[in-house]
Amino acid sequence: MNKERLERYSLTGPENQAAVAAGLATGDWFRSAVPRKRMKELMRRSDYPAIRDTVIWLGLMGLFAGLGIAFWGSWRAVPFFLAYGLLYGSTSDSRWHEAGHGTAFRTRWIDQGLYQLASFMIMRDPTTWRWSHTRHHTDTLILGRDPEIAVMRPARLARLLVNVVGLIDVPLAFALMFRHAAGRLTADEADYVPATERHKVYRTARIDLAIYAVTIGLAVGFRTWLPVVLIGGPRLYGALLLYFYSFTQHAGMGENVLDYRLNTRTVKMCRLNRFLYWNMNYHVEHHMFPMVPYYRLPDLHEEVKHDLAPAYPSIWAAYKEIIPAVLRQLRDQEYYVRRELPPGAAPYYQPAAVNDGRALPLAVPSAALWLRGSRPAG
Amino acid sequence: MASWIAACGVNDVDPEDVIPFSHDGVDYAIYRSPDDEYYATDGHCTHEKTLLCDGLVMGRVIECPKHNGRFDYVSGKALGAPVLEDVRTYPVTVADGTVFIEVG
Repeated sequence: MNKERLERYSLTGPENQAAVAAGLATGDWFRSAVPRKRMKELMRRSDYPAIRDTVIWLGLMGLFAGLGIAFWGSWRAVPFFLAYGLLYGSTSDSRWHEAGHGTAFRTRWIDQGLYQLASFMIMRDPTTWRWSHTRHHTDTLILGRDPEIAVMRPARLARLLVNVVGLIDVPLAFALMFRHAAGRLTADEADYVPATERHKVYRTARIDLAIYAVTIGLAVGFRTWLPVVLIGGPRLYGALLLYFYSFTQHAGMGENVLDYRLNTRTVKMCRLNRFLYWNMNYHVEHHMFPMVPYYRLPDLHEEVKHDLAPAYPSIWAAYKEIIPAVLRQLRDQEYYVRRELPPGAAPYYQPAAVNDGRALPLAVPSAALWLRGSRPAG
Repeated sequence: MASWIAACGVNDVDPEDVIPFSHDGVDYAIYRSPDDEYYATDGHCTHEKTLLCDGLVMGRVIECPKHNGRFDYVSGKALGAPVLEDVRTYPVTVADGTVFIEVG
């Protein structure tokens, strides 16, 4: 039963065509009404906030790395490398995300430069993940369509737990690098990466592998772990915050819906966490209006909050809901968190019965069944 | 057969902005550049048919509101992933305070 349910997440299985047939793929999603004049103000780009934040971010990494190197060989180096590792292996995710949307900076080349750097740090191919994230925004938590569903029903708990130190993601990233360097994509990637874009994937993989080969060569040649601790290693020992933040986005929420309020959370965070996460905690707002740069998301929240369930007051408050929900989904895969909207809010957008969040089985097109090897009766 | 259609008044669209226009069931986007020139393209992004009129105009670039794909709205050229196909442009002229586009 669980295995069958998990198979529904495959982009190459029958669920993909079923979602298309049910009108779930590339559907029309609910968005709060924001006057055009105000939306233009919110969408407006500026280089200053992101350059300031990026200089601080890179400066802190340089500082912590420098102190770690200075104390190398002593336990005093550990806290500095932990801080460096968290900045490298966790917060590169939000930089990757914002720069990938192209919203962080007004100047395009700075944005793309950060995107390439952050993609390398987080070990994501910049091309395949750009298309993966594009699909995630088109078909957010639509089974068989969204390649970025982090917590499935039932959750693969062992994988999630060992992955907080990158033990799934990093080996997978290297396997993909070798595959891409050989000029091949996975079947899922082939579903969303256009043929004209694939040469970029292969080229980047070869460059990345060369960088890691030099890093390992230096480590072996000089008989020290230091190069690996500085490059690549932080994606393992510094990954904790990546998942700590990102599970708050969608875990335990509705699937196969067309209203971001049913499948996404907005969580209030302190100033430090919002700096580290680049305001991605305003995630409902981001999905509704991905054009709005991270530094205007708090303002956007004020514009649309009348339509949203109250934001979770803290990360702790979010996890008090997420953990029981995910555990309950281990035995009840139709369960999902459905929140009360405030009085006066636009009602949940559920154009069809399949959009209620439970992700009940869809009618699978006969061609898809045939491909799976189970011909329909009659 | 091509014909000129009145799309909007010159002041209906702000500088460095875009508005929608529909004619015969077809959606168009009408642009006013920062230097007060007018342009027109198909109304939808070539990537996933999102209406471009909800997007952001920056100089001579329109950014799609759904996935941030960018076009040069003067030439129609797609400026990179996720838009890979150019958007169609239409000739525009202004006469007596009205913006006309040539369709068909």
